[in-house]
Amino acid sequence: MVRLITHNLLACHVKGCTTNNFPLVFQDVQVELQVAEFNPDFIRNMLSRLEWTALVNAAKQVGDTSLPPEQPDMMDDELLQKLHHVLMEIHVTDGAMVCQNCNHIYPISNGIPNMLLAEHEIG
Amino acid sequence: MIPTPDLSHLTRHDLEQVYDPAEDTFLLLDALEQEAEALRKERPLICLEVGSGSGCVSAFLGKIFGQSSSLYLCTDINKHATRCTLATGKQNKILLDPITCSLAGPLSSRLCHAVDVLLFNPPYVPTDTDEASSAQSSADIAGSWAGGIDGMEITNRLLQDVECLLSPRGRFYLVALKQNDVPSIQSRMLEDFGLTSQVVIERRAGREFLLIIRFARTAHSGSGSTS
Ligand SMILES: C[S@@+](CC[C@H](N)C(=O)[O-])C[C@H]1O[C@@H](n2cnc3c(N)ncnc32)[C@H](O)[C@@H]1O
Ligand SMILES: [Zn+2]
Repeated sequence: MVRLITHNLLACHVKGCTTNNFPLVFQDVQVELQVAEFNPDFIRNMLSRLEWTALVNAAKQVGDTSLPPEQPDMMDDELLQKLHHVLMEIHVTDGAMVCQNCNHIYPISNGIPNMLLAEHEIG
Repeated sequence: MIPTPDLSHLTRHDLEQVYDPAEDTFLLLDALEQEAEALRKERPLICLEVGSGSGCVSAFLGKIFGQSSSLYLCTDINKHATRCTLATGKQNKILLDPITCSLAGPLSSRLCHAVDVLLFNPPYVPTDTDEASSAQSSADIAGSWAGGIDGMEITNRLLQDVECLLSPRGRFYLVALKQNDVPSIQSRMLEDFGLTSQVVIERRAGREFLLIIRFARTAHSGSGSTS
């Protein structure tokens, strides 16, 4: 399943595509919600490895506008809950992710992104 | 005892297309079980298994750390493997996040120095280069074993990225055959990337002599990059 936590860790890896290759933009997505166990420590610790603005924009693309545009200094429980929902419970099952730089399209079907490249695209 | 993941949902047809867990898989599970206490203490956030096949190993890792305390990313070039990985996660109530791609592919730039537990049970059987390349491009079950010269052609490609992927206290577990020339892998990783290593478990299984090597940064090398 392409959850937003995973999406935030994916960049276009076509040969030569090294600038503006993150974040990939969701296109024509189908979304499914699945309840997941809330672990506030995990969410808090994970934030240091994520890109806030990319997350906020990805959330908008899948129809969730609950996150503030700037990362707040203080993470209260309410915000951690929201983050948990956005990162862990929204699953993109079908659609695509598109690179802003080279326009490469990475299809998603049955919850799995296909990011295999053809031989000539490999760096 | 951590129970072996339930794989009863995989059909015979699935196992014609995807690597059926075998002695190498089980040796990796045994190594992880042996290391479980030490690994739990590190409170890993991001786990990445390259070449997850059936998903058996990542589901086992999920049982060690728990569903909600880590992210379990899995890659495989074989689309049937990523499909089975997702299903094996569900069957074992551990959410696995599979991506169809080669090695760490689209994850490698964002996961720079961020992977706490990295696993690879590679295609390690010595074959000629052509057989390995054609297995890689057809991305089917032959890619489960065809390893090219010394069985190292695919593994060597990942070894180039390991230092970059590992978090400061990250560990990498690699399955290898004795014929893969383990001492040379170990000395290369130390010289080129400052990663120290240790064979944590070894076993003869039929004609194969299998080992699991654990790599980590030395206590003082910190997160220094060589790139
Ligand atoms: C020996 S099987 C191990 C499968 C599973 N991890 C296990 O232990 O049972 C090797 C796996 O690596 C995958 N593989 C081969 N080449 C790969 C590559 N370049 N990138 C990612 N996965 C690859 C194969 O498709 C296969 O699933
Ligand atoms: Zn691109």
